[in-house]
Amino acid sequence: MADQKLDVTYVAKLARLKLTEEEAQLFQEQLGHILQYADKLREVDVSEVETAAHAVPMFDVFREDEARAWFTPEEALSNAPRQANGLFIVTKVVE
Amino acid sequence: MTASSLPALNVAELQLLLRQREVSAPEVLSALHERIAEIDPAMGAYLSVDLEGALKLAEVADVNLPLGGVPVAIKDNINVAGQPCTCGSRILRDYRSTYDATVIRRLKDAGAIPFGKTNLDEFAMGSSTENSSVRTTANPWDLSRVAGGSSGGSAAAVAADEAFAALGSDTGGSVRQPASLTGIVGLKPTYGRVSRFGVTAFASSLDQVGPMTKNVRDAALLLNVLAGSDAQDSTSLKEAVPDYAALLGRDIRGLRLGVVKEHAGQGIDSEVKNVVAVAIDHLASLGAEIVEVSLPHTDYTVAVYYVLATAEASANLARFDGVRYGHRAERPQSLLDHYQRTRAEGFGPEVKRRIILGTYVLSSGYYDAYYARALKIRELIRRDFARAFEQVDAVVSPTSPVPAWKMGGRQADPLQMYLADIFTIPANLTGICGISLPCGFGHSAGGERLPVGLHLLGKALDEARLLQIAYAYEQSTQWHQQRSSHSVGGVGEAASFPSLT
Repeated sequence: MADQKLDVTYVAKLARLKLTEEEAQLFQEQLGHILQYADKLREVDVSEVETAAHAVPMFDVFREDEARAWFTPEEALSNAPRQANGLFIVTKVVE
Repeated sequence: MTASSLPALNVAELQLLLRQREVSAPEVLSALHERIAEIDPAMGAYLSVDLEGALKLAEVADVNLPLGGVPVAIKDNINVAGQPCTCGSRILRDYRSTYDATVIRRLKDAGAIPFGKTNLDEFAMGSSTENSSVRTTANPWDLSRVAGGSSGGSAAAVAADEAFAALGSDTGGSVRQPASLTGIVGLKPTYGRVSRFGVTAFASSLDQVGPMTKNVRDAALLLNVLAGSDAQDSTSLKEAVPDYAALLGRDIRGLRLGVVKEHAGQGIDSEVKNVVAVAIDHLASLGAEIVEVSLPHTDYTVAVYYVLATAEASANLARFDGVRYGHRAERPQSLLDHYQRTRAEGFGPEVKRRIILGTYVLSSGYYDAYYARALKIRELIRRDFARAFEQVDAVVSPTSPVPAWKMGGRQADPLQMYLADIFTIPANLTGICGISLPCGFGHSAGGERLPVGLHLLGKALDEARLLQIAYAYEQSTQWHQQRSSHSVGGVGEAASFPSLT
């Protein structure tokens, strides 16, 4: 059963989430149950079915690449946790 | 009509008074604001209310526009320029929208006044609004019970006469289920009928905004304004929008309604089962033909949904990284630490669970077993419905297998909470439209009346047909006139509010 292979701490790291030990334990159990339930999907014969990401037909939509009024720099920065000189201040990326 | 009784009106009644100059739009807004101030401390429907900003719109409102002067409450995952948009999450606690969602622009263009942001399960993930990081929302029929979710704030606001109408969003039933649990009307339009631009994305192939109203006509009036294509949403549909309100009133003689064979085994509460059976008999007495249809993949619906919805959510919520907006952890030691702590501090448990599940089903080695397989079974479910709609004009069922439950009653077991979405999820998976409307009551052990919703599913773009059936049912029954104990003049109003414990 695939659910036995779920390592919550590892997947949480992929998802950039730090879990407490209690959370990791609780989620391991709860998600184990949910995946066990989801294993019923294996019963279905899907050999004749093509994969589609949407339930309705979807087509690419194009428009002219034209400049138009949108956010000012001030508006774009208005929710920034840290900013200065019209720029987002980010956490150091390189040592 | 006194100012304090104004909030009891529905949209159509309010418009009549506004157009006859019996009341002004600012007077309506002030009366509604007083009502909110009086009742919302007990109800918990709203997260923020901006009277000053709304009064500016009310003072210049043209009451002859389609929704001129009508205040509409907005679920707090839909962006309204200058207002908070918390999505019920700590990570967006201090966020303010810099632009209007397309649905908000359309409301404003039609003269409506977006007024108040309503509570929701965090990022619309939940069925009870208990996953909000801000507050819980009570059910106006029994304050110790949930209002449903995730649009529980919008539902409670309308049912408690704290809003004339509201917008919700529906990814797996989040408009229809809370409408059912609070005794109002909730409509989920066809995927693409209403623009998603400016609505915080949960699961992009499933999300859709819909009206939550006191009756069917109001739902049609709002859909008239909300529906239509949008250059900002490439998934929006170009098909012409009919005048849904003008099409109401046709009889349903000869229409064929499908009852689903596989619904029998889905754990429906006995009172809900009886109430809905009576409602179906009533539809038959109006001339509809009741036909049994089969949806063979019904049993897989919930599993397919929770694989696809969490997969899409895990990708959509990657944007909350504490860089451009939202919460950021203090003094990060590294970039990884910045991301991990920002998101750990910002998200609540249900959101974390779903992000982890979604990441897992998309991860190497499991993608084919879960995500790709779920997409294929979604296609099989779509084919089931296509075959059913060759036989019938709409499918009928309960909206929720149970009436409103006690707060805290289902929080410990996420899977049990998920399974209650069995009837509403297929509309999202297959992109079709659905509506919930009041059809009677169950009862709590203490004897309180708890609303039951009748659920109708229609083919893609067949909203006019759904509204026709819903309206015929509503107008020949009394259920929509039953008011919650915490509506204006309701029985709960005279007494002091019971405690929430």
